[in-house]
Amino acid sequence: MALGSAFSNLFGRSPIKPMQEHMAVAVKAAEKLVDFFEAVTNDDWETAETIQRLIKDYENQADDLKKQLRLQLPKSLFLPVPRTDLLELLGTQDRIANRAKDIAGIMLGRRMRIPEPLHQQILAFVDSAVKTSHQALIAINELEELLESGFGGRELALVENMIEKLDQYERHNDDLEVTIRATLFRLEADFPPVDVMFLYRVIDWIGDLANRAQSVGSRLQVLLAR
Amino acid sequence: MEIIAEYGHILLILACCFGLFMAWGVGANDVANAMGTSVGSKALTIKQAIIIAMIFEFLGAYLAGGAVTSTIRQGIVDPILLEDSPELLVYGMLAALLAAGTWLLIASILGWPVSTTHSIVGAIVGFAAVGISVDAVAWGKVASIVASWVVSPLLAGTIAFWIFRSVQYLILNTDDPFTQAKRYIPFYIFVVGFLISMVTFVKGLKHVIKGSSWELSFLQSALISAVIGLLLAFLGTYFLTRIKRNETEESAHRFASVEKMFAVLMIFTACAMAFAHGSNDVANAVGPMAAVISVVQTSSVSATSAMPSWILLLGALGIVIGLATYGFKVMATIGRKITELTPSRGFAAEMSAAATVVLASATGLPVSTTHTLVGAVLGVGLARGIGALNLRVVGSIFMSWVITLPAGAGLSIVFFFFFKGVFG
Repeated sequence: MALGSAFSNLFGRSPIKPMQEHMAVAVKAAEKLVDFFEAVTNDDWETAETIQRLIKDYENQADDLKKQLRLQLPKSLFLPVPRTDLLELLGTQDRIANRAKDIAGIMLGRRMRIPEPLHQQILAFVDSAVKTSHQALIAINELEELLESGFGGRELALVENMIEKLDQYERHNDDLEVTIRATLFRLEADFPPVDVMFLYRVIDWIGDLANRAQSVGSRLQVLLAR
Repeated sequence: MEIIAEYGHILLILACCFGLFMAWGVGANDVANAMGTSVGSKALTIKQAIIIAMIFEFLGAYLAGGAVTSTIRQGIVDPILLEDSPELLVYGMLAALLAAGTWLLIASILGWPVSTTHSIVGAIVGFAAVGISVDAVAWGKVASIVASWVVSPLLAGTIAFWIFRSVQYLILNTDDPFTQAKRYIPFYIFVVGFLISMVTFVKGLKHVIKGSSWELSFLQSALISAVIGLLLAFLGTYFLTRIKRNETEESAHRFASVEKMFAVLMIFTACAMAFAHGSNDVANAVGPMAAVISVVQTSSVSATSAMPSWILLLGALGIVIGLATYGFKVMATIGRKITELTPSRGFAAEMSAAATVVLASATGLPVSTTHTLVGAVLGVGLARGIGALNLRVVGSIFMSWVITLPAGAGLSIVFFFFFKGVFG
């Protein structure tokens, strides 16, 4: 009936939950990298391929969620945060999944072997990058509570702490990247130059994964700032 | 004069039928908006909402609906001009009821956000200005009514904004929201109880117990209202102490237990909302009906004639029937759609809308409850409290104004000349 619908139409679908779902899927794609590198270092390309396909699926899923959410955010919607900031945050979240797909894709495509002495380090490095993106997800999951408290007070301080922690993880990840590059530099003469070049690129991308997680935190911070 | 004597009973029955139809429409449609917030936020089940609505719509209409009824009945049309032909007022009011009811039906089918209040006011102004004479309309009063349509959503929005801000400041943004909620929610309950009782005692009751010497001074009213508010606050505190923290739910959503306490508060604001709605919107159906009945019974349009309180009862009954036969469906639809409104947000919207509408009722201004509620929700949204609000609805509400007033007036003019033709 008319009056009923007019009043209930006032309520648009909140973008908060879908934002969190999108981030969860994007981070899932990144998290699979841990298993992927496990398989690669074990020279188990069959498992690696299954996992790569899974990562690709997650990435596609994140893309779909992103598109849906964009359509769901027309300009006529009145949001508690600026719409542009929200869309920027969404794009940043999406880039985490993209990077995870890139890493798995290139490694599988080139059947990249990781030199034995590098195994421990690279696993720890991937672990740390994934942990960073997981921390970003934790911060994003506070959006609902932030909304509830009108983006202020205690809740704001809490999220700022989370973002601070996220920055720490990212810095730690940078340190790991430096050491792993140094190790590879000492070994590089013993391996085919092209392989080494691509290995450097993969290391770069893993570092980038953490960077992108960190930019999710930064975008969130922009969202919160009045 | 002979016309009324001759057709008195038919006119009386017609008035009751049209009035009941109108009241049914209000109950079927309007009430759902008022109560939908509580259902959507899961503070009440549909069944509970309907029971609360039945009781408090009735109380609101009976205890505090007198002033608005009298405005609709004799405030818009100047009765002095009709001294010689009281039958014109009868035709007019019947036409207005039928026009507003028809227009609401059409608008409902087309899905337009039309207000009962706007329809009936438009219809009364229509028949009076065209059917009788332009001077028959009390334009000053009409202007103040129209102004109140702009002011009431704005006022409700402002109040809602500050209520929600106070909730954020006192409860949500503190180190221990749970304890803070337990401490401050009874205060909100007190304010709700005090406000509603105060309006009832100061403005409403005099329409119910006319003529009796029993009267309360302002101070006495304030004292009694304060006592009622305190009693309600104690009752609320009792409910609040029974709510225990649920750690598992809190790990998923930090405010889960706090929201449960706001749900208790929302029971009280839902009652207030139903009361406010009853006090204002019942008049849309009852006012014209009362005008017809008093003319038929006394054969004059004297403005001082008393209104029998059974008419208010009849209106309240119509609303309850509308609610029971169709309103619950609308309420279910609304409740499903507005889950975004958690109790802490919903109560702020309801409390401010109820306060605004009750104040309007006390002043005798017919306002639109739905539009006031929309204003209140936008107020909460401005306090950055709601995920997404569709501002197009505001535009469509504005459009519905522009269409409803002339449409109600036009239909009413047609029906007026129809009745005039039929009864002579």
